[in-house]
Amino acid sequence: MASGVKPRVKVPKTAAAGEAITIKTLISHRMESGQRKDDEGNIIPRSIINRFTCEFNGENVVDVVLEPAISTNPYLEFEALVPETGEFKFTWYDDDGSVYEETKEITVG
Amino acid sequence: MMRLTGALLAVLLTAPMASADPVDDTLILNGETEMVTRTAAPDHVSDAMDEVLSGWHFRGTETRAMQEDDFDNPGMIFVEKAEDTWNAVEGSEDKSCASCHGASDQMAGVRPTYPKWNEEAGEVRTLEMQVNDCRKNRMGAEEWKYTGADMVNMTALLASVSRGLPMDVAIDGPAQSTWEQGKELYYTRFGQLELSCANCHEDNYGNMIRADHLSQGQINGFPVYRLKNTKLNAAHDRFKGCIRDTRAETFKPGSEEFIALELYVASRGNGLSVEGPAVRN
Repeated sequence: MASGVKPRVKVPKTAAAGEAITIKTLISHRMESGQRKDDEGNIIPRSIINRFTCEFNGENVVDVVLEPAISTNPYLEFEALVPETGEFKFTWYDDDGSVYEETKEITVG
Repeated sequence: MMRLTGALLAVLLTAPMASADPVDDTLILNGETEMVTRTAAPDHVSDAMDEVLSGWHFRGTETRAMQEDDFDNPGMIFVEKAEDTWNAVEGSEDKSCASCHGASDQMAGVRPTYPKWNEEAGEVRTLEMQVNDCRKNRMGAEEWKYTGADMVNMTALLASVSRGLPMDVAIDGPAQSTWEQGKELYYTRFGQLELSCANCHEDNYGNMIRADHLSQGQINGFPVYRLKNTKLNAAHDRFKGCIRDTRAETFKPGSEEFIALELYVASRGNGLSVEGPAVRN
């Protein structure tokens, strides 16, 4: 697992039925592109988050492919319609095989 | 031909300046805390300017917005790292910062008074020096590099718990001679370009220096997260960068000269809210 990786998410606790809410996500990650060289001239191996997904009660909301040009600590913001009370599940996939997960409850009332 | 060039130059020099005034906006942190980003100049700089302005007013719309919400502010990632360090036991005395000081938010009110005179040591101390004094003498741990990542993250944590409080460094009493030394440095022209701090940040704030909008050079937002290097930057590193840009040999971060300069520059912003970690270009 790459060091210093920490996912974080901001989701409102409540929403009106059918309301579009704004979700903000950020994962601290070096996002080493694989294009840089170290002091000795050796290529620093690529190490990035390559995929991000968000699900709501098991249903897919977004599925994003991330590429090496994306800068350190990738920040993604998107809107989602919330039909009912439930749980958002966020997943980040690391090049090294690590998977980072975070969940957030939201109440519709 | 010469006259024509002169006329063209005059147009080029004056045209972009008209639209370069600081932005009139209010910084409300997390939708809760209203920050003081412009206020009447403290007495000791009132002969030079009427109002002191945070660097926040000189940045673009998106950059200003990033600082308004802790989630959007990338500097807060480093503050969270420092929070882990705050609670981590280190050194021969088996102590963490929290062992003596309690939770990090107990340190609210500390940042605005630094650099300040330390009676026991008989010197003006920056926050960095105080942190290293704690590490060495109370924790029995290794001192941090003055502008290293551990140090700058920790000072960002200490700044973040004081956000919204006004900068309030003392310039009288035993600190006065250091302050005078800092003032001397502020008005001294350095380098091949023969520029003093004042030439840009007092005489020309609000104007463009090539593509960049000159601020007053206030340090109430330090350490700042800079978009250009995606990390936190200490005030002394910024001083070093500025002096380097005058094409001079610079002083070292943590040197006597920069401590004096930090005290003086901090005093020019007395009354502005602590903003660290602010977001800048």
